[in-house]
Amino acid sequence: MARRIDQQQVRKVAKLSRLDLTDHELEEFTSQLGAILEYVEKMNKLNTDNVEPLAHCLPVSNVFREDCVKESIGTERALANAPERDESFFKVPKILDDGSGA
Amino acid sequence: MEELSALELRDQIAAGKISSVEATKAVFERIRKFEPVIGAYISTHEDRALEFAADVDRRIAAGEKMGQLAGVPVAIKDNMCTTFGATTCASKILENFHAPYNATVVEKLLAADAVIIGKANMDEFAMGSSTENSGLKQTVNPWDTTRVPGGSSGGATAAVAGRLCFAALGSDTGGSIRQPASFCGVVGLKPTYGRVSRYGLVAYGSSLDQIGPITRNVADTALLLNVIAGHDPADSTSVDETKAPVSVYLQNLDKPIDGLRIAIVPQFNAGAEEQVQKALNEAISVYKNLGAEIIEIEMPHLDYAIAAYYVIATAEASSNLARYDGVHYGHRTENPRDYVEVYTKSRAEAFGQEVKRRIMLGTYALSSGYYDAYYLKALKVRNLIRGDFTAAFEKCDCVMMPVAPTTAFKIGEKVNDPLQMYLSDIYTISANLAGIPGISIPCGMDDKGLPIGLQIMVPAFVEEKLLRIARMFEAQTDWHMKKPPMNEK
Repeated sequence: MARRIDQQQVRKVAKLSRLDLTDHELEEFTSQLGAILEYVEKMNKLNTDNVEPLAHCLPVSNVFREDCVKESIGTERALANAPERDESFFKVPKILDDGSGA
Repeated sequence: MEELSALELRDQIAAGKISSVEATKAVFERIRKFEPVIGAYISTHEDRALEFAADVDRRIAAGEKMGQLAGVPVAIKDNMCTTFGATTCASKILENFHAPYNATVVEKLLAADAVIIGKANMDEFAMGSSTENSGLKQTVNPWDTTRVPGGSSGGATAAVAGRLCFAALGSDTGGSIRQPASFCGVVGLKPTYGRVSRYGLVAYGSSLDQIGPITRNVADTALLLNVIAGHDPADSTSVDETKAPVSVYLQNLDKPIDGLRIAIVPQFNAGAEEQVQKALNEAISVYKNLGAEIIEIEMPHLDYAIAAYYVIATAEASSNLARYDGVHYGHRTENPRDYVEVYTKSRAEAFGQEVKRRIMLGTYALSSGYYDAYYLKALKVRNLIRGDFTAAFEKCDCVMMPVAPTTAFKIGEKVNDPLQMYLSDIYTISANLAGIPGISIPCGMDDKGLPIGLQIMVPAFVEEKLLRIARMFEAQTDWHMKKPPMNEK
């Protein structure tokens, strides 16, 4: 079931990944990801029909603590690294469509 | 003074023979001389370090009870958050990021009175095996400056090997402590997953990442592990100490393990360079001479570890790195047309090629239509790999194998072929997938004078025994005493 990735798929993945790739990068990633996926597909030689997936090595389940108020880092420190801010808010370009087609 | 181990230095400082200020000044003297060649650090913090050292000296003179690393200059990989200086992950996206809190391991170092002198270079977001993926600078191998130090903790291992600090902390997701430790001829431990808090460690592959010590000998690793190990309420995956107690790792370090049973996997080890195999075999004979029993076993699924790892780690990375959105912190593109461009251009401008490649690979493996074939399949293979170790540990105390198939390779040799770079992790990755501890200790040199490491792996939370096994070899050999030929620019 070798399925090599094509440039259209790479473009779609870039969109999902929120990465604005250049044409050169698209071309390079198509061939590199293809080679990596081809290698990865060696897993298909293993029969895993009766194997449980292992997402985590520890037998962890939810960890609860008392619901009590603790000190937080505060607005100033939380915003200290913001690329742009407006008083106590992170500032971003307009998100709602104003009908201009942008 | 630079030849003292961290433990020896601590004891001399405690005894008043050397001051922490003297030790710190001596380290910065060496950094001024050799750092222009080695490039181990992204940032150093001399004023802060000297102030901290002076305070340690003052408190020792006043007879206060001091921490386990009192006065010892140490480095940390630059993916651990500190409230002083920047925490960059060697990425342009975090170049000016100032963390609002300290990582738990940093708090623990401070509580142990260690002098944190700088933050070490690494592959961007710990993605790489040579430190060449750093977005900020290049680190070279102190043993041969035309070669890579390994990665991703290459800055930390180069600093320890080059005596540009007395010990360091790295992080290991697929071998990022052990492989560069092997390339630089130092000791590097990846503890059991959950042994050390990951709070404040910038996340790459959350089910695999673990912080561990990088030192010049096994005793120093034992000492550092004691400082950083333990449960942390801020990390829900750090393990409850009532279930897995933290030992005093130095206490029985020099007691050999009676009736030690070592498993080796001849078929798997055959993939390593001849000189690496030779060093491994010689190391095994040292143990044999100490009375250890050597058992040859098969671990049929290890050969699939890289395939499973590069699906699981990249899937986790694609999710973890979604937080770099140009909104809350980190680089933001200038003049975005709309809010989507804030994401797509900020990320495209500031992430390096390997980071982009892994985000893409992980996103693909998780995307609709491919999830079962790649991600779910990889999780099942992960279970088979863990099963190989469970079966092995029924017959033996530890598994020994090479750390890497080769010694340090040339700078630039593998940068254009990501798959070849990935294959250099073949011996280290399975410990991360299985969640077990693994250590790399110096065990030989090739004919080019480059260090070779021996890897030892044990069941989860058996670090005390692992360190004792490592110490058995170290006590018989002097590979850990060799030092690189340091030249000024």
